[in-house]
Amino acid sequence: MNEALRKLADTLLDSVKDLLPIVIVIGFFQIAVLQRSIPDFSSIILGTFYVLIGLTLFISGLKSALFPIGENLAHAFVEKSSLFWLLTFAFALGFSATIAEPALIAVAQKAAQTASTSNLIQNTESAISSYAVTLRLSVAFSVGLAVMIGVFRILKGWPIQWIVIGGYFLVLLTSLVAPDWIIGIAFDSGGVTTSTITVPLVTALGVGLASSIRGRNPLTDGFGMIAICALLPIIAVMIFGILL
Amino acid sequence: MSFIAPFLNMLWDVAPIIVIIFIFQLLVLKQKLPNAKKVLLGLLLVWIGLTFFILGLEKALFPLGRLMAEQLTSLDFLGKDSLVWSDYYWVYIFAGSIGFATTIAEPSLLAVAIKANQVSGGSVKPWPLRITVAIGVAIGIALGSYRIVVGLPLHYFILIGYLVVIIQTYFAPKQFIALAYDSGGVTTSTVTVPLVAALGLGLASTIEGRSPLIDGFGLIAFASLFPIMSVLAYVQFKHLINK
Repeated sequence: MNEALRKLADTLLDSVKDLLPIVIVIGFFQIAVLQRSIPDFSSIILGTFYVLIGLTLFISGLKSALFPIGENLAHAFVEKSSLFWLLTFAFALGFSATIAEPALIAVAQKAAQTASTSNLIQNTESAISSYAVTLRLSVAFSVGLAVMIGVFRILKGWPIQWIVIGGYFLVLLTSLVAPDWIIGIAFDSGGVTTSTITVPLVTALGVGLASSIRGRNPLTDGFGMIAICALLPIIAVMIFGILL
Repeated sequence: MSFIAPFLNMLWDVAPIIVIIFIFQLLVLKQKLPNAKKVLLGLLLVWIGLTFFILGLEKALFPLGRLMAEQLTSLDFLGKDSLVWSDYYWVYIFAGSIGFATTIAEPSLLAVAIKANQVSGGSVKPWPLRITVAIGVAIGIALGSYRIVVGLPLHYFILIGYLVVIIQTYFAPKQFIALAYDSGGVTTSTVTVPLVAALGLGLASTIEGRSPLIDGFGLIAFASLFPIMSVLAYVQFKHLINK
């Protein structure tokens, strides 16, 4: 129990470290530069407290439950040496981790609200939530695909820069035909998906795979998975915009 | 009582990862779950934690980002009527400071920095690398705010950014390339993303002539692209010195 409490305290400290710079910078600007009062100050304090508690519990839960099982599974599938199951697992892992990614939930929500205030979609609760969910499903699908490609790349030993540069060209081509209101959201979603849940799980799969294959360097081949996961969602979201 | 509805809503967000892990563990690998009690408790924490985080987001991070955008662009703060892009300098300074401060403190960046140190055989030290990434993010978010203020299309910046990255990749020492690309993805943390997204949308809706839909997004993209450039530049510089 002591051990568990100590881990919880460590995670709390990490969450404080995440929030503190924001509090300091905003505090400095409010006091020294803007010299205004913050409306709804007590509500913001309460909200900050929720963020702190939420992030701490979320990450503690990930560390004690999801990450160990995820890593275990990753190793098991690498050793199982069945390409079909390895690729299926890679897709499922990328897809489901992305659905639970808090930063993506946040951005999808903002994107849906903006779309409704700009009359792109109807201003009803169901239209807004279906827009947000479809957006997140497109991103999740593309991350699943990206993890599959990443696994394949490590198996074949393809250099990462060719995939990334090829991906960039695809992104640029798609951006020529995509509507201008989706471009910003598309590029943002690339940075957003590679976050709290996806990065540790996907890196575990990549590094595990690279260290189990002879002639692969876990440090240079294992990484690079994240880069592909940041690229494909951009294309997927632009396609979502084209189809909408 | 107001907690119950969001709590149930969040179930849909955590269910896929839980279901998939259980299916693969029990049906495909046919292994029992080790430490079943601990795992169930952990999954419950994930669920409760995500619910609180999303509630806090609505109450604190979104309003704060918007508030900063509104106050920093309000006419009585700026003190004049006809504005050009350079009058918004506090916006750029604020954006850069948020980018720098949150990146320096980012725990996952520390992990990347330690790995970079190993790959380089000790020549790339964690602290200089963290500062390099933080400067990249600061420049990225500041330039991204400038783009929103002047309303230039995002394409231009991204296109030029990609070209620079491709040219840098060509010359950079090969063992650092994957690491540099990854450092772009890890910098935007779960707390920073909502704040920065709200800041961008706030700027686009308060500055005259800008549309939140077209100009409001893109700050996070800048925050992920610029660290790649700064890290590639840094390892290139190190490489040239060591020659």
